Amino acid sequence: MLRINIRLIIKVMKIKEVAELLKAKVYGSEDNINKEVEFAFASDLMSDVLTLKANNVLLLTGLANIQSVRTAEMAEVTNIIYVRGKKITADMKDLAEESGILLMECNYSMFKTAALLYNAGVNPIY
Amino acid sequence: MQFKYSIEGGDFSKAGNASSQVKKMLKQLNVEPQTIKRVVVALYEAEVNIVAHAYNGIIDITIETDKIVAKLTDNGPGIPDINLAMTEGFSTATSHVREMGFGAGLGLPNIKKNADKLEIKSEVGKGTELTITVNL
Repeated sequence: MLRINIRLIIKVMKIKEVAELLKAKVYGSEDNINKEVEFAFASDLMSDVLTLKANNVLLLTGLANIQSVRTAEMAEVTNIIYVRGKKITADMKDLAEESGILLMECNYSMFKTAALLYNAGVNPIY
Repeated sequence: MQFKYSIEGGDFSKAGNASSQVKKMLKQLNVEPQTIKRVVVALYEAEVNIVAHAYNGIIDITIETDKIVAKLTDNGPGIPDINLAMTEGFSTATSHVREMGFGAGLGLPNIKKNADKLEIKSEVGKGTELTITVNL
């Protein structure tokens, strides 16, 4: 099978476009769907997320618990996509709202989610 | 300015509450965003360490004109070998702590990276005292 890799070279993607691409459900204010994302990072390890120097990062994770949202608050991660069909709980939503963090649920695997975003032009941090 | 927070060991649902309050306070004081991030990341790592390893602890925050000092004192098992604990990848965390996304042996090294000065005093069987200084 012939596979052709094409990576779009665009600077930023809007949350609305990310959600459409990943068939993701967005939790948060309607105002946030026009927010832009430039960089993404994928990890289930919050210790790694805390070492990021970049701000306004989109985090891909399968770790759906309150500490993922708390870690995002500290590390200036402004958007989180929970992959592999993980569900966002009420306490996670409350904390995200309080901290201005946008949450999304996506059924794709971490690998597929990362690949789709990378091909759409979202940049890696490293 | 001085502030004090109490931390309960083992209670991950509240881990980060103190760091979050400090972040809000530093924002109100118009501290530069990158400095706030360094303070709160170091503080949060240290707060998670108390929750993960100790029975309880106290965080004392002192804000001066030229620096922020966070002193974290816990009642806990202590650190037998501080040099080893500072090694990236070394961890004594339980599986429960790892399920929370921590316990990879990156906490203390990351605190050091974010701080301008880090002092650690520890006594096995009694507890640990961390003093984190970030210059303004």
